[in-house]
Amino acid sequence: MAKRAMTVDDSKTMRDMVAFTLRGAGFEVAQAEDGKQALTLLASTQVDVLITDLNMPVMDGVTLIRALRADPKWRALPILMLTTESDANKKAEGRSAGATGWLVKPFNPEKLIEVVNRVCG
Amino acid sequence: MSGNVFDHLKSTYFQECSELLDQVYTHLTALDDGDSDPDTVHGIFRGIHSIKGGGGAFGFDRMVAFAHVFETLLDLLRDGKVVLNKDLLGLLLRATDALSDLIAAERTGVPAAAGFETAVRAELDEAASLPSAPTPSAPVRSVAAQPASGQPGLYRIQLQPHETLFKNASEPLLLMRELRRLGPITVVADLARLPGLDALDPESAYIGWTIELTTDASAARIEEIFEFVNDQCDLTITPAGVSAVPELEPEPEEAAPTPVASAVAVATTKPDSPDARRAEQPAAAQTVRVDVEKVDRLVNLVGELVINQAMLVQLGATLPSDMCPGLITGLETLSQHLRELQEGVMAIRTQPVKSVFSRMPRLVRELSSQLGKEAKLFISGEGTEIDKTVIEQLADPLTHLLRNAIDHGIEQPSDRVAQGKPAQGRIHLAAEHRSGRIVIEVSDDGRGIDRARVLARARTRGLVEPDAQPSEEEIDNLIFLPGFSTAETVSNISGRGVGMDVVRRNIQALGGRVTVQARQGAGSRFLLSLPLTLAILDGMIVAVGRESYIVPLTNIVESLRPRRQDINAVVGSGDVVAIRGEYVPLLYLAKHFGVPDAVTDASHGIVVVVENEGTGQVGLVVDELLGQQQVVVKSLEANYGEVEGIGGATILGNGRVALILDIAGLRSASAPGRASRGETRRNSNGHAVAALQ
Repeated sequence: MAKRAMTVDDSKTMRDMVAFTLRGAGFEVAQAEDGKQALTLLASTQVDVLITDLNMPVMDGVTLIRALRADPKWRALPILMLTTESDANKKAEGRSAGATGWLVKPFNPEKLIEVVNRVCG
Repeated sequence: MSGNVFDHLKSTYFQECSELLDQVYTHLTALDDGDSDPDTVHGIFRGIHSIKGGGGAFGFDRMVAFAHVFETLLDLLRDGKVVLNKDLLGLLLRATDALSDLIAAERTGVPAAAGFETAVRAELDEAASLPSAPTPSAPVRSVAAQPASGQPGLYRIQLQPHETLFKNASEPLLLMRELRRLGPITVVADLARLPGLDALDPESAYIGWTIELTTDASAARIEEIFEFVNDQCDLTITPAGVSAVPELEPEPEEAAPTPVASAVAVATTKPDSPDARRAEQPAAAQTVRVDVEKVDRLVNLVGELVINQAMLVQLGATLPSDMCPGLITGLETLSQHLRELQEGVMAIRTQPVKSVFSRMPRLVRELSSQLGKEAKLFISGEGTEIDKTVIEQLADPLTHLLRNAIDHGIEQPSDRVAQGKPAQGRIHLAAEHRSGRIVIEVSDDGRGIDRARVLARARTRGLVEPDAQPSEEEIDNLIFLPGFSTAETVSNISGRGVGMDVVRRNIQALGGRVTVQARQGAGSRFLLSLPLTLAILDGMIVAVGRESYIVPLTNIVESLRPRRQDINAVVGSGDVVAIRGEYVPLLYLAKHFGVPDAVTDASHGIVVVVENEGTGQVGLVVDELLGQQQVVVKSLEANYGEVEGIGGATILGNGRVALILDIAGLRSASAPGRASRGETRRNSNGHAVAALQ
């Protein structure tokens, strides 16, 4: 069965890039525009890896990570955060909230696949 | 990534950029209005941040570099390290403009002039550098020893996870899988830290590993694999044979190993925290982005369906009613559904006017400060939806009207105070649905229209007969005449060679009309009435000989059958008809289009009086009125060529093509003194009809 990924980002460009890249690597990819939407979708779906932006309206990435880690169902879910160089503090916050890894934007598709493979079994 | 998909992503990105910029402008305007909600600044930051993030992926380095500087300043503002004032707000607006231009440059592929953003960028840098904000550099862990680069080597990797490793869903097994991609490995587990079963926490990591890897990859490459666990384990990577450097102590944990139970406590957000409040807001509406071309194809197809259905109904009507009763009912249901389908499809093309309204506040802000005036823009009805094409064409006329309001309408603050008005002028921009059309209002509380001056100016320009006594309304509307300018001295704000006549022409091109109401000293009010869509038009079908033409309903004033004695010939300008004491010139459509076997005597036919702002009334002589109908507009230019006096074509229920009249074009084409050119056009029109049938 194909592995499933979810990309959470308020930028459709970023979601499309992540989705396109991961589909090419054999993933099924779900998309959510913010943390809240991701949680709603996750209530009824199974994913093997989640890639989230940190700066989002409604619910930001760090809050999403915390919420997921608080739920036993998602405690072992590999979560990657998309950060930028200027996000050092946010990154640390996401890390302590329970993010598995991170990826600095902009990234190239190969790097994304490599990082996803590193955290997702 | 294949080119096509990449282009698609790019176009999504640019569309997103324009939406983000709109949001940023809206937030900036809110700041200007004294909004101090931290979410507003955060929203601006997020917008610029998203633009930068996507731009980097496409390699738009110049734009990204600029966005980065911009973002740095916004970050400081967000953290309260920079204080917002009027100067800073101006800078943010200018920076947004510059960014917008840089994005446009990437989109069009025409690079912006070298160094055009340098000045703003320097200002941003300066504004951001006032507080010394050192960027904390992330501590970098060193690897024990440099590898013998390029040559296959043996590495010994010792990995002892902290107990908290699993808290972040990290999985050592996957790391070994990654290592194995670099070369063969042998793994030895170290169970020294594994507690007895009674003390074992299944969610803690205890087992350590010693891994030997033979690879030609660099130590940096190996270290990269451990990038995400580096801070959660004791890790040493040593070329085999060299013992691990003992002084590489594990950094003290930020917090003592956290049991899972407390991690849960951390994760439960306090209900009054901002994050939790934000989370309660409803999720953004679900949208689908669709290429406009696809929608247009749909609109076209529905148009064809409507025509088809009209044909079927006509055919059905010829059948005896008892022959197939089910067919008639079926056709009626079909008509009803089709109408709904048509409305639904048209609704896809509509957009809230907000996209154009949101650009206006800053225009007002900048212009008024440039002119030393005080003005504030109030917007309402920005959620009103209107056809996308119409929206795109609205920006120019609205900009001009607002410029006009500030330049000519709103007085200097001191003058206003002297007249008992508040020093700050008020300008309203409103949109609303009104009986199948959209009405946009631009009003101000300025000096209104000085009718005496307007009339005098019109007289000196020969726009009004010296002895004519036009009504107040007529005087107000004189400002829409070509070449009219009220400004005594043309200022560089509104006097750019573009007058109100251009506004009127633009609005008319959209099938709309402009009117003005003014009260001297109390301001003026411009009303733009626009159709909901350009693809469908309410028309009157008229017969001329064996041809049918469509007259847009918005142009029709009245229709009548004139008496013989009311028709007079005037030398040099053809026939006129007297209607309630006014003389209206007649235009014989049959003669104009060269249609044979048509009524040539107006008293035997019907005169449809049409009006078009700026050109006055004209009576079209036709054989008869066939009825009113919504018609689907097909472009003639796209299929044949541009014909003066014809706005497009449509297909009627009987399958015949009918040309849609363009009243303004028709009027100028038939104007006296152009008869010879009219002759040739008539011929080409004959071809146009033939080609379409």
